[in-house]
Amino acid sequence: MTTPLLEVEDLGVAFTRKGEPDSVAVDGVSFDVQPGEVVGLVGESGCGKSVTSLAIMRLLPERGVRVSGSARMEGTDLLTLSDSAMREKRGRDLSMVFQDPLSSLNPVIEIGLQVTEVLKRHRGMKSDAARREAAELLERVGIPDPRRRLDSYPHQMSGGMRQRVMIAIALACRPRLLIADEPTTALDVTIQAQILELLKELVADSGTALVMITHDLGVVAGLCDRVNVLYGGRIVERAERHRLFAKPRHPYTYGLLGSIPRLDAPPGEDLNAIRGSVNDNLPWASACAFAPRCPRALEKCTEITPAPELVGGRFLRCHNPVPAEA
Amino acid sequence: MTENLLEVDDLAVHFPITRGVVLNKTVGHVYAVDGVSLTIRRGETYGLVGESGCGKSTLGRAILRLTDLTRGAVRFDGQDVAGLKGEELRRARRRFQMVFQDPMSSLDPRQSVESLLIEGMKAHGLSKGPEADHARLRELVDAVGLPAGALRRYPHEFSGGQRQRIGIARALCVEPDLIVADEPVSALDVSVQAQVLNLLSRLQRELGLTYLVIAHDLAVVRHVSDRVGVMYLGGIVEEAPATDLYADPQHPYTRALLSAVPVPDPELEDRRERILLTGDLPSPAAPPAGCRFHTRCPWRQPERCDTERPELRQLDGAVEGHRVACHYAEAIREGRLARHTVEPQSFEVDGPSSAPPEHAASVNEILGM
Ligand SMILES: Nc1ncnc2c1ncn2[C@@H]1O[C@H](COP(=O)(O)OP(=O)(O)OP(=O)(O)O)[C@@H](O)[C@H]1O
Ligand SMILES: Nc1ncnc2c1ncn2[C@@H]1O[C@H](COP(=O)(O)OP(=O)(O)OP(=O)(O)O)[C@@H](O)[C@H]1O
Ligand code: SF4
Ligand SMILES: [Mg+2]
Ligand SMILES: [Mg+2]
Repeated sequence: MTTPLLEVEDLGVAFTRKGEPDSVAVDGVSFDVQPGEVVGLVGESGCGKSVTSLAIMRLLPERGVRVSGSARMEGTDLLTLSDSAMREKRGRDLSMVFQDPLSSLNPVIEIGLQVTEVLKRHRGMKSDAARREAAELLERVGIPDPRRRLDSYPHQMSGGMRQRVMIAIALACRPRLLIADEPTTALDVTIQAQILELLKELVADSGTALVMITHDLGVVAGLCDRVNVLYGGRIVERAERHRLFAKPRHPYTYGLLGSIPRLDAPPGEDLNAIRGSVNDNLPWASACAFAPRCPRALEKCTEITPAPELVGGRFLRCHNPVPAEA
Repeated sequence: MTENLLEVDDLAVHFPITRGVVLNKTVGHVYAVDGVSLTIRRGETYGLVGESGCGKSTLGRAILRLTDLTRGAVRFDGQDVAGLKGEELRRARRRFQMVFQDPMSSLDPRQSVESLLIEGMKAHGLSKGPEADHARLRELVDAVGLPAGALRRYPHEFSGGQRQRIGIARALCVEPDLIVADEPVSALDVSVQAQVLNLLSRLQRELGLTYLVIAHDLAVVRHVSDRVGVMYLGGIVEEAPATDLYADPQHPYTRALLSAVPVPDPELEDRRERILLTGDLPSPAAPPAGCRFHTRCPWRQPERCDTERPELRQLDGAVEGHRVACHYAEAIREGRLARHTVEPQSFEVDGPSSAPPEHAASVNEILGM
């Protein structure tokens, strides 16, 4: 293994409010990303995917949040960097694409200006050159008639086209790391397929590493090299994608895969649903959070936090994982 | 008793696009549903799938008479409901109920579950006195997998999946024959989604219900349905038994849709052939002439595709009941036509007409009060 591009270690994020106990959103999360690698973060709503990425990007609100641990990019801890140094890095060395491009694009500025602004700021380009480059970027992300589109406003474009603009902006400075938070969740499935294909191509061509955040295991299966499965703010399993899908070992991962209706399965059979919901979770501090929903739970699961383990190249946090041979 | 519970014939819903505050001039129409015919047999699940804006919800709402029809007929158990009004319509409505995507927005936050369900029963004269009603309600919440204590609680005290169970209980409390479920699981986490899908199948087996399930997720629709209709820009382009749709997709759009759905299996993902569509979906306010899919179709031919609208028809050698609306379906199926690349088109989205549709949300509207 080479030195990782990004090394997140023991990341914790808690939201604090006066007179209330802290609410822990992310707890002891560690993972790394190799140069050019595509790493997935998957899990259900509220498991801490967005908070993890926002913490790394330093985009969480300043007040009412406590962040601990470290996130080193090429040796520099992003979490302790000064605000101005972080602003320099953001957009140039690492950037981000969000689920809803409409809320991250400025609605009253033509998209051409929004792209050229990044080019001027981080690549020191002059207006004319920046505009030419902007058109090229739009073309590269598959926007028809890019020159004319420079003068469009975000609301004049379809959701898929707006997401392409966001990707163009995120990749304008050829960052070494791109974090994409549910970039296709709001899009139709045929448009999602276009955007995923585009991301795959861009990542392969430019050697940019990608952290892909999604709740869709199907998306992960086709895109990611390694996958981290989150539950209740902690990583419960991590493995290379073929290995993870062929042999899910954490009962949560196993249950999640059984819950998905598959296009290629015989229809009509009942799905293997996971019982309960995240509302039933126990606190990680003194249990396995998943225990109340887990069909494999033992007595100690409600009493002792399962320690992280490395088994055959796979990261697991479980007292009673699904047997490797079953 | 007829074998078909629901028959929809050439149904159309066109929404006028108006401009100007004072004059309210009609400047065009959104052809949300434009010539749909389908039948649903008693006890079966018909799945309707298609991308955002293709008219699925509008079709469902028109069938339930929550939206006015521009044209066409809807026969429910042999009775024409398109022409029903007032008291007659209200009475007919007991027999077809709707389950919505967002359980929270369709539940009144100030009403306890009990009062919500009782209200529905009373509205349709199904109340049989406090004791009998209470027994019935306990049975109902039990049937949808909630504890009896749930009756005294309020919607905000439940998780998303539990709220969807309440939405289903509300639909069931008036003993309907047909349930139209519009995106019943798309707001839920996958693990909870599976619970609700299993619940829907169990209730169907136990109560002999008939379902129209509307969803944008093809895997979900195929999983729950006996037959599936694929919609594109206001029309059904293919209809098939659920297993056959995957085994023998005949319409170019269905093929593209199937190939675009991610499957949680890396081996399969690596070797799958994708049919990527280019460009944007055209606006339903200006649907392309001829075959509505011709602007994005990788098999489009110079003749007929852009001039003549194809009708649903059965191909020689296809499974009974598998129909497709494509002029060149035989040639494509037999591999005699090759795919070509399509220049992407993007469209200016313009202000008001692209605003999201309003959704029926209030209990009153659903119960027809
Ligand atoms: N600004 C905030 N203040 C308080 N709590 C927050 C805030 N942002 C997130 N949380 C909480 O942190 C937890 C993790 O949220 P996060 O947004 O990371 O979830 P997620 O995995 O991205 O879910 P989704 O799939 O719904 O996007 C949740 O319980 C959420 O309610
Ligand atoms: N009340 C209305 N007035 C005007 N236009 C409407 C109205 N309701 C729906 N539309 C338009 O009709 C078209 C079809 O909408 P519909 O909600 O039926 O689509 P859908 O297939 O359910 O989409 P989604 O998957 O996004 O729910 C859309 O273009 C929509 O904007
Ligand atoms: S009719 Fe023509 S344009 Fe339409 S789907 Fe068939 S080949 Fe494509
Ligand atoms: Mg999120
Ligand atoms: Mg809809």
